[in-house]
Amino acid sequence: MSKPVVATTSLAGCFGCHMSILDIDEKILDLVELVEFNKSPIDDIKEFTKPCDIGLIEGGCCNSENVHVLKDFRKNCKILISLGECAIMGGLPALRNGIPVQECLEEAYLNGPSVSGNKKGILPNDDELPMILDKVYPCHEVVKIDYYLPGCPPRAELIWEALAALITGNELKLPYEVVKFD
Amino acid sequence: MENEIKSIVGKFNKDPMRLMDILLDVQAEMDHVPEEAVELIAKELDISNVDVEQTKSFYHFFTDKPQGKYTIYLNNSATANMMGRAEVAEAFEKAVGCKFECTSDDGMIGLYSTACIGMSDQEPAAIINGHVFTNLDPYKVRALVASMKAEKPIEEMVEKYGDGNNSSNLIKAMVNNNIRKKGPVLFSEYETGTALKKITDMDPQDVINEVKNSYLRGRGGAGFPAGLKWDFCRRAQSEERYVMCNADEGEPGTFKERVILTEMPQRCFEGMAIAGYAIGAKEGILYLRYEYKYLQEYLEKVLNDMREANLLGKNLAGKEGFDFDIRIQFGAGAYVCGEESALIESTEGKRGEPRNRPPFPVQKGYKDQPTVVNNVETLCSVVKIMEKGAEWYTMMGSRESAGTKLLSISGDCKYPGVYEFEWGIRIRDILEMVGAEDVQAIQVGGPSGTCIGPRDFKRTLAYEDLPTGGSMIIIGKERKLLQDVVRNFTEFFIEESCGSCAVCRSLTVILRNKLDKIIAGKGTQSDIDDLKKWTKYGKMANRCGLGQTAANPIATTMENFMDKYEDLIQKEVEYDTGFDLAAAVAESCNYVGRKPNL
Repeated sequence: MSKPVVATTSLAGCFGCHMSILDIDEKILDLVELVEFNKSPIDDIKEFTKPCDIGLIEGGCCNSENVHVLKDFRKNCKILISLGECAIMGGLPALRNGIPVQECLEEAYLNGPSVSGNKKGILPNDDELPMILDKVYPCHEVVKIDYYLPGCPPRAELIWEALAALITGNELKLPYEVVKFD
Repeated sequence: MENEIKSIVGKFNKDPMRLMDILLDVQAEMDHVPEEAVELIAKELDISNVDVEQTKSFYHFFTDKPQGKYTIYLNNSATANMMGRAEVAEAFEKAVGCKFECTSDDGMIGLYSTACIGMSDQEPAAIINGHVFTNLDPYKVRALVASMKAEKPIEEMVEKYGDGNNSSNLIKAMVNNNIRKKGPVLFSEYETGTALKKITDMDPQDVINEVKNSYLRGRGGAGFPAGLKWDFCRRAQSEERYVMCNADEGEPGTFKERVILTEMPQRCFEGMAIAGYAIGAKEGILYLRYEYKYLQEYLEKVLNDMREANLLGKNLAGKEGFDFDIRIQFGAGAYVCGEESALIESTEGKRGEPRNRPPFPVQKGYKDQPTVVNNVETLCSVVKIMEKGAEWYTMMGSRESAGTKLLSISGDCKYPGVYEFEWGIRIRDILEMVGAEDVQAIQVGGPSGTCIGPRDFKRTLAYEDLPTGGSMIIIGKERKLLQDVVRNFTEFFIEESCGSCAVCRSLTVILRNKLDKIIAGKGTQSDIDDLKKWTKYGKMANRCGLGQTAANPIATTMENFMDKYEDLIQKEVEYDTGFDLAAAVAESCNYVGRKPNL
């Protein structure tokens, strides 16, 4: 059997979950033995070059590009995993969800304390730019997600164990500390 | 303002437990409860602003801003919608010139929605400045709004009074009783005071035993044996005990208590006094929903008459040392206060959040003292049981359900109104009696109850078969069950959840969103599977009956009308999140001035 192929991406996230993937330390050598990476910031492959088995998604969707990337992942991966708080619930970026998008844009580009030099009051509207969504969506509200790994970020061992369980077909044990919310 | 607040707070002896009454008076006087009033009340009661604010913000009828010289609260229950609420609402908006949940620019007329106001047999109905207007239609609405614009006093807009005591001087309401079927227990001949005079010769424990022997079960819905409840309360160690009568009747489709309290409140009060005698309480409280405030003057008069007749007050019915009196506590618009521990919290001036149990109210209730909370109908039944004996009572009804039951029947039938049936009656026989043809479904026991279809019409109303708190909404063949009924009920629970339990607070919204997705044609089989699974969580993870039953509209229609769901889902698609990119980017693209590039 050929090695399972893994792809990863960070949408509206902070790359913390990817840092946590790297945090498996020397086990990353084992991981490379076990799996092959495709599209991922880890190996800097920008586009899918083959169908993948597992897609790890960090972050939710805050703009149209996130949506396109996520849909692309869904199309190319057999199994999609929401990795961490932002992918699962929207996380910190979703703090804007109670605020009208118009107010968010004004704060970011016109009225915010760190805004300087935008004398003409320009709001970014170039066709090249991703379009902002009305709110930040967790991944499962955009495409079907198969598994969720909680945490902010999920602990490195958890990511390791989850991948190992998926690949070997064993049951994943999620200890209480990992899934408790208060 | 300071003097006004001081005088209101003074009226209630600066007692923080009377915060509900204080806020009700302030709202009545100023047409809202301003920030400044909150601070003044807190100062006068020597509690924090937040204590006042949290109670104020909990109840629908306490408002931050003036709602208009005329405030219209139009019922938005499923029954109101069936009877033509949409046209009435549109006529209001057109005539007033503003949308619902707003007040007109001149501050004259406010248009607001409210949950079921207990008039399901005469919908569409609205409460305008405390007066109830029933059977509304667009023509009547235009006339009403014209009168408001001419600043006519609200009393003069009530053109025709209803039947029975509704037309008495102290009520003068256009509400109708619609008593369609009288029975031997509740709508029967009775001379006030007979039972009370009889029991004062008995030992209190014997009174309790008599109620136990009658197998009377609580009529609010849960069906707990009334005698047992009294016994528990009597046995609880304490100097003080309380009797509370639950007249919060917030379950949409239920209105029987309104009729009892209009036609025979004496019996309810006498039942409370009997309970007081049995458990050893000196004080009784009738917790009455705000929607029935139009009965206040009348009920106060009845209480006074009973005091004069020595049926309330000191040494009742001539019995030395038997003191018992009753006060009326009004709610302010919160369905959850029908739950007995929430009702107690509310009576203590707090948010109507259900308590953790144990301890149960019979151990630690009002003011932390042993308290019996009984439904109006239960207490009225007690009176008749004490008059005629437990044996007489148990001869009626079925094996596990003794006596009779009042039903509020509304919806698609010829004769909506209140019926007194013996327990054990067949659903089919009821349908025939109320003139219901082409019935698609019946909502038994309100949104928190069960939605049954024709294959269950052979069943009987009884605790051992189909229990009910007392209402049936009949849903005709032409109705869209999910869109017109289930969605409305689910929204109702979202509005009325107290928010204390996370699962109740969020699951209700999640279920509504799923339902909306299915109704919008974006659902798949996986959504139906999710709903099946998720509706079970409410029962496991919520503290009170509201949260435990909030999923019932969906759960019971999935059980009995699965085809309605299956008809709406996409068959060829395995999974669909329902996400719509065009809709999601529309707002931001519009604001920055770019054409969405999808």
